[in-house]
Amino acid sequence: MEVFVQQLINGLTLGSIYGLIAIGYTMVFGIIGMVNFAHGDVFMVGGFIALLFFMVMTAWLGLAVLPALMIVLVLGMVFTGLWNWAIERVAYRPLRGSFRLAPLISAIGMSILLSNLVQVLQGPRNKPVPPMFTQVLPLFEQNGYTVGIGYKQIVIMVVTAVSLAIFWYVVQKTPLGRAQRACEQDQKMASLLGINVDATISLTFVMGAALAAVAGVMYIMYYGVVNFSDGFIPGVKAFTAAVLGGIGSLPGAVIGGLLIGLIETMWSAYFSIDYKDVAAFSILAITLVFLPTGLFGRPEVEKV
Amino acid sequence: MTAPLLSLHHLSMRFGGLLAVNDVSFDVRRGEITALIGPNGAGKTTVFNCITGFYKPTEGMIALTHEDGTRFLLERLPDYRINEKARVARTFQNIRLFQGMTVLENLLVAQHNPLMAASGWTVLGVLGIGGYRRREQEAVDKAVAWLERIGLVDRADDPAGDLPYGDQRRLEIARAMCTDPVLLCLDEPAAGLNPRESLELNALLRSVRDRDGTSVLLIEHDMSVVMEISDHVVVLDYGIKIADGAPDEIRNDPKVIAAYLGVEDEEVAAVEAEVGA
Repeated sequence: MEVFVQQLINGLTLGSIYGLIAIGYTMVFGIIGMVNFAHGDVFMVGGFIALLFFMVMTAWLGLAVLPALMIVLVLGMVFTGLWNWAIERVAYRPLRGSFRLAPLISAIGMSILLSNLVQVLQGPRNKPVPPMFTQVLPLFEQNGYTVGIGYKQIVIMVVTAVSLAIFWYVVQKTPLGRAQRACEQDQKMASLLGINVDATISLTFVMGAALAAVAGVMYIMYYGVVNFSDGFIPGVKAFTAAVLGGIGSLPGAVIGGLLIGLIETMWSAYFSIDYKDVAAFSILAITLVFLPTGLFGRPEVEKV
Repeated sequence: MTAPLLSLHHLSMRFGGLLAVNDVSFDVRRGEITALIGPNGAGKTTVFNCITGFYKPTEGMIALTHEDGTRFLLERLPDYRINEKARVARTFQNIRLFQGMTVLENLLVAQHNPLMAASGWTVLGVLGIGGYRRREQEAVDKAVAWLERIGLVDRADDPAGDLPYGDQRRLEIARAMCTDPVLLCLDEPAAGLNPRESLELNALLRSVRDRDGTSVLLIEHDMSVVMEISDHVVVLDYGIKIADGAPDEIRNDPKVIAAYLGVEDEEVAAVEAEVGA
């Protein structure tokens, strides 16, 4: 019981990070029908941008951890958004209207480019940040084992919840969100109503990257290190989460992310930690075979 | 009155070996309902697609002049600018509502550009500062006013795809009108409507002309609608304009009758000589 509750907390924390990344996959897929395989690396770049700003804020400007983290969040979102905007502009937009595989291949190229670029610029070693929010809030004790929730886990869950709330508001209630949903359904009609479809797609990439940047900041805060290759595994897991939730569905991406996080931590606790990635990726295969539209996905309806 | 609202000069559209529209010129006058008619395959929808930026015409010029004298060459504008700047709206033969969005949201999407500017490209809108809330309320009021006109106000929060066919048709027109167009292009608005709905449509189009001052260009096969409401009729056949005038003139034009009903073999040569084919 005590192990289960502890793993539940750990799983939800990890799942929050996956969920934030998964939204980027699912939004881009929804609007242009393409899987942005570079998104995991955009998350990693977000982590590095956060690392750099965090160092500047604390080591040079001598800010306390909490205000530094707030500023890093905002700056990380802005700069990672700019990165993804540029990626879309140079690597995907020129390929719009070409065959379906072209942007996919371009995305894989972008993914390799980003991770290698960061490797060359930042070096191949793990980059640490000083530990922060190290206190643990004890919840209850059973059989001599104290179940606790770390302050940083609380920070992650709160930041994720706030980001998702803002994001949900933007998609549901603002003109930008309405334009995104309109473009998702019928781009030609949207442009005939005066919506600049290219700009809307660009902003979708920026929004996805901003959430990936939040995930990146949470990641370095949680693990304390970031490495140029850290985009790949969380990226693919977030993609699994998006598929599990039903790609194209925003609540699906969040629920899928939480589920993947839980499956991974539960597997590590009760079976073998070495096989935790196998467990997570098996979900991808199982979902695609038995539930191709995911938990919340709409079945593909042929347009007439 | 200066230049006509919309002026097509020598418009041609070629798809490979097929000349779908061949040197067509006509005007759409301000404050009128102009009907574009012709047998199937005459090139009517192609003309529409050129006007609204779906196709770039092979040859020719499409000039739209606003009341203040500003002139737009539609064949040179990117497609979303045709609505945003030149203020031309259109509907399609098949219904293209955003099915998954609510009826109200469909009308709000059509007011995207003013709302986007008012929301400070979303940033101010999220923070709730600036005039965004007031502007959004105005947009909702305008949408509701249109819903009242088309009698759908009690279905505002239903998904658009759940409406019956005739209601979806009227909602499409309302959505196009929410973009504040000077020219509304309708591709077969009466297709699939029953006689009662057809009459409602006639009334709606007249009110668009008289109350909103929006000129209408429509493609229609239902001659009762065409003859009833249009001020001016242009007839195409095989991509060529064969007649242009008031409904009464068109009704009695031998070339139009020939195009619609076909003619005896010996008459073909005579008609072709007349058409200049």
